[in-house]
Amino acid sequence: MKPTDIRDPSYFHKVVDCQWACPAHTPVPEYIRLIAQGRYDDAYMVNWYSNVFPGVLGRTCDRPCEPACRRGRVEDGQSKEPVAICRLKRVAADNKSDIRARLPKAAKQKNGKRIALIGAGPASLTVARDLAPLGYHLVVYDQDPQGGGMMRTQIPKFRLPESVLDEEVAYITDLGLELRLGQRVDSLKAVLAEGYDAVFVGCGAPRGRDLDIPGRAQAAAHIHIGIDWLSSVSFGHIDSIGKRVIVLGGGNTAMDCCRSSKRLGGEDVKVIVRSGYEEMKASPWEKEDATHEGIPILNFLVPKAFIHDNGRLTGMSFEKVKAEYDAKGRRRLLPTGEPDQHFECDDVLVAIGQENAFPWIERDLGIEFDQWGMPKVDEVTMASTLRGVFFGGDAAFGPKNIIWAVAHGHEAAISIDQLCNGEDIRTRPAPMVNLVSQKMGIHEWSYDNEVSLDQRFKVPWNDVRVTLKNIKLEVEKGFDAATAFKEAQRCLNCDAQTVFSASLCIECDACVDICPMDCITFTANAEEDELRQRLNAPALNSAQDLYVSTTLKTGRIMAKDEDVCLHCGLCAERCPTGAWDMQKFFLEMTHAGPSCRDKHAAPGRKAA
Amino acid sequence: MTYIAKPRLHHPTLAANKLGYTRRDYEGKISTLCAGCGHDSISAAIIQACWELDLEPHRVAKLSGIGCSSKTPDYFLGNSHGFNSVHGRMPSVLTGANLANRDLIYLGVSGDGDSASIGIGQFAHVMRRGVNMVYLVENNGVYGLTKGQFSATADQGSQSKRGVVNSDAPVDLVALALQLGATFVARSFSGDKAQLVPLIKAAIVHPGAAFIDVISPCVAFNNHAGSTKSYEYVRGHNEPVNRIDFDYWPKREEITVDYPAGEVISVTQHDGSVLRLRKLAPDYDPHNRITAMNYVQEHQAKGEVVTGLLYVDPDPEDLHRHLNTFDAPFNTLGAKDLCPGAAALEKINAALR
Repeated sequence: MKPTDIRDPSYFHKVVDCQWACPAHTPVPEYIRLIAQGRYDDAYMVNWYSNVFPGVLGRTCDRPCEPACRRGRVEDGQSKEPVAICRLKRVAADNKSDIRARLPKAAKQKNGKRIALIGAGPASLTVARDLAPLGYHLVVYDQDPQGGGMMRTQIPKFRLPESVLDEEVAYITDLGLELRLGQRVDSLKAVLAEGYDAVFVGCGAPRGRDLDIPGRAQAAAHIHIGIDWLSSVSFGHIDSIGKRVIVLGGGNTAMDCCRSSKRLGGEDVKVIVRSGYEEMKASPWEKEDATHEGIPILNFLVPKAFIHDNGRLTGMSFEKVKAEYDAKGRRRLLPTGEPDQHFECDDVLVAIGQENAFPWIERDLGIEFDQWGMPKVDEVTMASTLRGVFFGGDAAFGPKNIIWAVAHGHEAAISIDQLCNGEDIRTRPAPMVNLVSQKMGIHEWSYDNEVSLDQRFKVPWNDVRVTLKNIKLEVEKGFDAATAFKEAQRCLNCDAQTVFSASLCIECDACVDICPMDCITFTANAEEDELRQRLNAPALNSAQDLYVSTTLKTGRIMAKDEDVCLHCGLCAERCPTGAWDMQKFFLEMTHAGPSCRDKHAAPGRKAA
Repeated sequence: MTYIAKPRLHHPTLAANKLGYTRRDYEGKISTLCAGCGHDSISAAIIQACWELDLEPHRVAKLSGIGCSSKTPDYFLGNSHGFNSVHGRMPSVLTGANLANRDLIYLGVSGDGDSASIGIGQFAHVMRRGVNMVYLVENNGVYGLTKGQFSATADQGSQSKRGVVNSDAPVDLVALALQLGATFVARSFSGDKAQLVPLIKAAIVHPGAAFIDVISPCVAFNNHAGSTKSYEYVRGHNEPVNRIDFDYWPKREEITVDYPAGEVISVTQHDGSVLRLRKLAPDYDPHNRITAMNYVQEHQAKGEVVTGLLYVDPDPEDLHRHLNTFDAPFNTLGAKDLCPGAAALEKINAALR
């Protein structure tokens, strides 16, 4: 193998699994350490710069960081649980003081550029957050009377209190935006006619999929589309539901629907899903939350008909199916041949998916759409095929989640800033990267290198008897400071990198002997496949890199498997020559502004 | 030294031996020696050897004297018996323990100061008595605990860290052990576990006095140019005579591995177990004590460090056999066995009249 080039920012970035997995690349270990130190304001600001909505995301994030967390690969025993990264983020948001003085201010001088943002959801607000301090005049359109988009309309308040959302939306709207709320955009042509320098479409995926089976039209009065129903609940237009409720669908919207129903008068609420429990799209913790509230989830039932009595919904019938897999591993749901099952109900909520819908975008504007009716959007620049029109969030590539919307927003803001400065938007800025030794004393590091053996701590809940009575009462209480500290200590500080200097190594084996995970091997060089087998402990996770040194004095190389390194620093502590050093890798994505423009471009980071 | 304990987490594929223990179960406390000390590598080799041999930790007794080396039994086999004795007096404590309980595996760990200076008399007698043990010297040529004065094994003409040249002739513990009747004599290097681990395993199963001299660089005081016990010098002058490549084969197990004739020496031991050695020096015969002594001395004179299994007696006699002692450990004997009574005493006395 060739020696590892640690000057490539992506090498150590990948070692910080959580940050690498985060679409916005939030420096997770950095803010977790700040939380452990009780520096909640600082922890909040690290988050705010990166993901814009720490309080919201600390409650609702899809947390791609957690499945990536190293802790899930190294813990002993039955449960291998990641650090509760998402809920630690909430700790920072809940415990911070007034941080408004640290936020950017509305630009004193405008730069004369006008940008339209369609939709006031997380993607558009991120674009606004990045561009407003630079002097752009931003015009935000939304059909709803308040900003926040799906964070407001689709996430129930018992998961995300209104005050948290209002606060974080206001941090952005206070930057001097022109808000055109309650104003639905019916024509992109009309918006373009206003002569904007750029338009960002962040309107989400606003159409809930319907279920066209017998009885749908006749019983329509008691059949509701999930996201529309949640939105009506959010704005107070709906405050009750029948006693017996069936929720169709296995995603997070279905979980929000069933839990909301329970709070609005639903007594017998059940979720009925076509697929098996494991394949459901809902996050595991959202399924658990529903189960905790006494809501049964029934699987392998395909809706067949709405049963009604002269237009009054009385129940639904379902066909029982089983999953079979063909040679290619594709799943098919086949009828079991058992008699259809019937469930009585008063209301049905259909939460079987969302679709994008762009009836308001004229097809002759130069924006190309694909066969599925989705705009053609560049995955790096977020540009459509019409110069100056950008897409982000669910509007760009279909339903994803808030953190992806934020990531899209940052990239679109960069593109818009480059475009307005006459630069090539395909040239992307390099991230800001720093790598500094953490050595404090002879065996002392700036981070807590002792590895906690605690298992993941559970977030305490309010009593279910109380929370089911009040749709606005938040279910989760959040970690208290003491538990947050202990949970934060579970973080392995993967950003404290093991940096190896081959020229200093005397090959004494001290690091090999002390490494608790057998990560380090001194051996003859070979091709990667062979080397992976030949290490002291085989490196079987090919998603994780090998760190390979240049040739040492004895002709061997040092090969370290990054996969299960605990970042405990013992290799560096036991190294007599300082050939190993623990160095903090800090990577911050470059956002819109002078530093995103051409001369700061990263070599090789170009859009197609 | 390191302040934090070694985390208990381990590699997901870490294997268990026949007893169900992982290698980590044979570890001790975290070392307080200097970072990079060769002794820590030797501890790691002992851990590896005991794990590979499926030794029950409670069957091992580790004994030591005083010095950096003699601190190390705290850093391996945390669940075994241990005795940290007076300076240079480990051999007599070990001899006594061995006589009292012949069922344990005795691991004497000492250093060049402990064995070649203050304890040289004890070293000599434990070897000539043939006590069944592994006697391992962690040999770095300096007094590390007192800041790097030459020890008795420092080579004549080698230089201290401060540039002082050693004028005294060295004590060669390998030569002494060979001359005094040790039945298993080896030398190795802390930086070469591929050689050291099989040697330790072979020494443990050897049913007699087994001695291993392990050159173990002192990173703090003896790892500079001019030293003959530095990582670089030993790597550059290491002359291995053989390698125990094929390991220790328990008795009556068929040996199926086939290697070219003439390169392999099989050593069948008293209990039927077989050691197989891959020869690296074509004319070297590990069965001959006299030629072994000559070979080691000749190469030493050229500044070379001869390593490997230098001498092994396949049918050794040990102290218990010499003294014709009782077969069982004393702690299994009851009061009746130990004090047979007045009639028995009378009988003995009568026989002596």
